[in-house]
Amino acid sequence: MTAEAVPASAILLRSGNVRVKKLAETIAIPLGALLASAVLFSIFLLLLGKSPIEFFALVWTGGFGSSFAIQQSLQRAAPLLLTGLAFAIPARIGLTIIGGEGALVLGGFAAAAIAIPLVSNSAPAFLTLPIMAIFAMSAGGIWIGLAGWLRHYRGVNETISSLLLSYIAIAIMNFFVEGMLRDPSSANKPSTMPIGDAYKVGNIPGLDVHWGLAAGILLAVVLYILMSRTTFGFAARMTGGNPRAALAQGLPVGFLIVSCCMIAGACAGLAGFFEVAAIHGQANASLVAGYGFTGILVAFLARHNPLVIIPVAVLFGAIAASGGVIQRRMAMPDATVLVLQGILFVVLLVSETFYGRFKIFQPGRTGDRT
Amino acid sequence: MDSSAIVTVLIAMLGGAIRVSTPFMFVALGETLTEKSGRINLGLEGNLVLGAMVAYAISFHTGSPWLGVLAAGVAGLILGALHGYICKLPKVNDIAVGIAFMSFGTGLAFFFGKPYIQPSAPRLESIPLGNWTGNPALAQALQVNPLFFVGIVLAVAMAWALRNTRWGLIVRMTGDSAASAKAMGVSVDLVRFLATAAGGFLAGIGGAFLSLYYPGSWNQGLSSGQGLMAVALVIFARWNPIRCIFAALLFGAAGAIGPALQSVGISQGYYFFNAAPYILTLFILIASASSKGAAREAPGELSITK
Repeated sequence: MTAEAVPASAILLRSGNVRVKKLAETIAIPLGALLASAVLFSIFLLLLGKSPIEFFALVWTGGFGSSFAIQQSLQRAAPLLLTGLAFAIPARIGLTIIGGEGALVLGGFAAAAIAIPLVSNSAPAFLTLPIMAIFAMSAGGIWIGLAGWLRHYRGVNETISSLLLSYIAIAIMNFFVEGMLRDPSSANKPSTMPIGDAYKVGNIPGLDVHWGLAAGILLAVVLYILMSRTTFGFAARMTGGNPRAALAQGLPVGFLIVSCCMIAGACAGLAGFFEVAAIHGQANASLVAGYGFTGILVAFLARHNPLVIIPVAVLFGAIAASGGVIQRRMAMPDATVLVLQGILFVVLLVSETFYGRFKIFQPGRTGDRT
Repeated sequence: MDSSAIVTVLIAMLGGAIRVSTPFMFVALGETLTEKSGRINLGLEGNLVLGAMVAYAISFHTGSPWLGVLAAGVAGLILGALHGYICKLPKVNDIAVGIAFMSFGTGLAFFFGKPYIQPSAPRLESIPLGNWTGNPALAQALQVNPLFFVGIVLAVAMAWALRNTRWGLIVRMTGDSAASAKAMGVSVDLVRFLATAAGGFLAGIGGAFLSLYYPGSWNQGLSSGQGLMAVALVIFARWNPIRCIFAALLFGAAGAIGPALQSVGISQGYYFFNAAPYILTLFILIASASSKGAAREAPGELSITK
């Protein structure tokens, strides 16, 4: 056997091995973080004299225990899936955009606003709904795209600008909902004109879950392919890894950043569209429900992988869906879920430090590394 | 709008600036200290909300609002210390940890704050400084809370200490070049940990002002993002504690436009004027990000300006 023949097959074997080990690491560390946060939260509950076993049992039954519970979880997973994508896509290009909430609100408002003339002229639903969706996605896309534009062309930190834009978006909605576009019959809770049941987005056949879930899953798959299997995605990930190298290679960094941000905003805007067209039927303060912020957590847990976002969003949908049961059965405030999410978020970020620390996930000794 | 209405609006804005600026001032001073050491803490919003809740609860149980202020500071200190400890771990992103602490702090505050939404706790007394004017509106506007003066004294002291003391030099050096701090035998992690914890303490006190003075009650919508706007405010003030005072006053005045106009009967666009501080912050960020001066004065190790 010659000296050259051995490494060829060995390298092949080892590269397979490396992939498996890397995959094992990316699964084991977030799972460990989930477990560690469950333990920390249990200690928190024990200190308060509550039973952690009862709590997690309730999360299970409230989230997945019956077909009704599962459908409730899926219903809540739909916006989280979309807002999770809204954080994950810019994260791949190295941006920390936390304005998903604002893009969702603005998208929902844009959809409700454009629906008013269409509905009052009794335009057909098959035309109205796509127009509403397009408006919602454009509004969200422009909003987050603006944060990306400011980042690249003016050097404004995107985290802070996207958050400020969020507050401005909520103010814009309030301004119109309490003024010009207020439905006079909405006395207690100012809202836009309801679109009416005839225009509402229906449920997926056989399920009590609206089409937003299907749209979210489809988008997640499409965006996964875009980010990992196309030149656009490759260029975007390269920009995220090293912006200077990307610029030196002549990649259109500005275009990539603004497009990724616009895609993100469109996802969040679409979530707003479904909240309006499938749930509330109008735009009002209920749109500001914190989906944008939970989406950040979803994206982090999924390590910004669009496909992994799908199950993670379902998990968080289940936690949110069980909030009501927990409140009633354990006499705990509804903010319990927020505490759990907060602990999870912190532990998850701490777990980032463990990548590359465990020997068992590392490839075997390559050459004579010291 | 006649001249008396304009005067009314201006006086209301002055009063608003003094009233609303205090939490901005405390959070901005805390953030300045943290950023001077080369780290950014985006989670001060969490400290602010948790501080507000703790201050209200302690003031309710002990009857002493000043004890509440102290407790709020300690709550903020704990959150800040946790943030400081986590950020020194390798590969951990300080901006993301800030977002996590924002949601953790608000979650804790909402969880433990539920029983305190109804009861009313003793509040901080204000100092009437405007009685000599003989103008009731002006006297009302010049009802100043002692924490406002504490904030100003603190800002002056911090500016002096950063410039003239050994500690100030160490903080600035750590923020500008971790390598040279290491070469001088300074523990970069320890300095940043202490600066983040102290910054958290100040942000907690800012929260106490919200619940114990203005608006003066505890509820879940108490903070409208002041903790985050303060981060932008620090950039606007170019990491200078004295400029933080003026920036905070400006933000306070911007926030007071909506209610001030409403008091003279202009309710049109109330919600639009509510957005004024955010729009102002955004424009300030755009203006200062493109000016070379801001970049020159920024601490060299800061991730947000790199």
